[in-house]
Amino acid sequence: MLRAAFLSFCLLLAGWSLAQHEGHEGADAPDLADHSGKEKAEFNAGELIMGHIADEHGWHIAGDFSFPLPVIIYDTQRGLHVFSSARFEHGHAAYDGYMLHDGGIVAVDANGQVDEAATANIWDISITKNVASIFLIMVIMLLVFTSVARTYAKRAGKAPKGLQSLLEPLIIFVRDDVAKSAIGPKYMRFMPYLLTIFFVIFLANITGLIPIFPFGANLTGNIAITFTLAVFTFIVVTLNGNKNYWQHIFAMPGVPKWVLIILTPVEVLGVFLKPFVLMIRLFANMAAGHIIALSFFSLIFVFGATSAAVGYGVSVVSLAFTIFMTILDVLISFIQAYVFTFLSALYIGAALEEHHEHKESIV
Amino acid sequence: MLLASLVQPAFGLIFWMTLSFAIVFFLLAKFAWKPILKSLHEREQSIEDAIGEAKKAREEVAAMKAGNEELLREARAERDLMLKEARDIRDKEIAEAKGRAKAEGDALLARAREEIRNEKNAAITEMKNQVGELSIQVAERILREKLGDKAAQQALLDKVLKESDIRLS
Repeated sequence: MLRAAFLSFCLLLAGWSLAQHEGHEGADAPDLADHSGKEKAEFNAGELIMGHIADEHGWHIAGDFSFPLPVIIYDTQRGLHVFSSARFEHGHAAYDGYMLHDGGIVAVDANGQVDEAATANIWDISITKNVASIFLIMVIMLLVFTSVARTYAKRAGKAPKGLQSLLEPLIIFVRDDVAKSAIGPKYMRFMPYLLTIFFVIFLANITGLIPIFPFGANLTGNIAITFTLAVFTFIVVTLNGNKNYWQHIFAMPGVPKWVLIILTPVEVLGVFLKPFVLMIRLFANMAAGHIIALSFFSLIFVFGATSAAVGYGVSVVSLAFTIFMTILDVLISFIQAYVFTFLSALYIGAALEEHHEHKESIV
Repeated sequence: MLLASLVQPAFGLIFWMTLSFAIVFFLLAKFAWKPILKSLHEREQSIEDAIGEAKKAREEVAAMKAGNEELLREARAERDLMLKEARDIRDKEIAEAKGRAKAEGDALLARAREEIRNEKNAAITEMKNQVGELSIQVAERILREKLGDKAAQQALLDKVLKESDIRLS
């Protein structure tokens, strides 16, 4: 409830800032980062927040400094293009007929105008900030867990030690409280999948909270990531669905035939709705956490713009709330990783459930 | 525009996420999760076994203790029995010895009495013999000295007899 109130307030703030930004756009040049401008570049909370949440080509570190990342474009007309994101000069320059526009790559013609038809041909598989973060997390996962596995092999039968003892409670938690309780006796087959999603989400959530390079990418607050994870769960559930599971979807036993006309579409929709909800829940929770923390932070500068003294005054409160939200997000990081894993396990468990007699029938 | 991009999944991200997640999943499943879960299971099994064994050992010790106590109790009972028997035997032997000593004493006493009686009889007999001899000697002397005086002879004989009678009675 508290969270919802915070969120609506912050979205309001963001929306207001955006509206201001839109208003400016008509009169001024679209890039705010242009320091040759007349006055000082105006602070825009909405842009700041979205800039931190959204993906980017090149990893912005501080001020004007960005860590360039490779841009990889497959153009169905012009073939594969690979070049550094530094070529775009933060969206100021076009390179090879491509340009950055609203965070995405568009094709431009000779006059620097966006070519909509050519843009449709672009498949952008650049190593963006988020992709780099994915790689980083995956490398961490591989290093950490293969090393822990080695420790297990080396210290067979002994008490856990070091990193092993840090991760063992989590592994046992996933095994006993997630897999065993939600799936039942066949849980062991799904342990690798559940452990992988749990630790990937948990690590992505936690690293997303660390605002220092090379962390701080808002991975799980990005819908593409949660979409991919949800699709994996969907595939696992669908591939493992037994006869009983499909029967309950397409021909619910114990239900009159005419009801099936309504029930079957609902059940079929449910099959897709489950992973969809998984995707939205994780995305919304993590994105909201980032938005709220950043909104409190932005308040300093929003008030600071009116008067420096007010800005300093607000900073105390803002900082306290930002810290509070960040700590809350640490908790949410764990909870959301748990919820995603647990619901995945629950769906797998439902797909594996064996037939049992239905005493009640809807008449 | 920015908000719209927030809920629009980017193709590149999905592509790389799918690829890296799949690779990491297969690598971890093979090289991390399998050995980790296996050794976790083995360790739990060994701990469970160890607990079971410890319990068994404890039960065995308890059983042994109970057996020991039983043995001790038996030994104690046996000892008590033996002591009692020994006491009985001793008592009996003492009683027997006492009885025997008494009987022997009695026999000795009886023999002593018998001997005393015999001695006494022998003494009496001897005395009677001596008295007889003495009276013969007296009679001889009287005969020798005072054969003349019949009255004096009679008086003397009476007197001697009287004296010896008094001595004998």
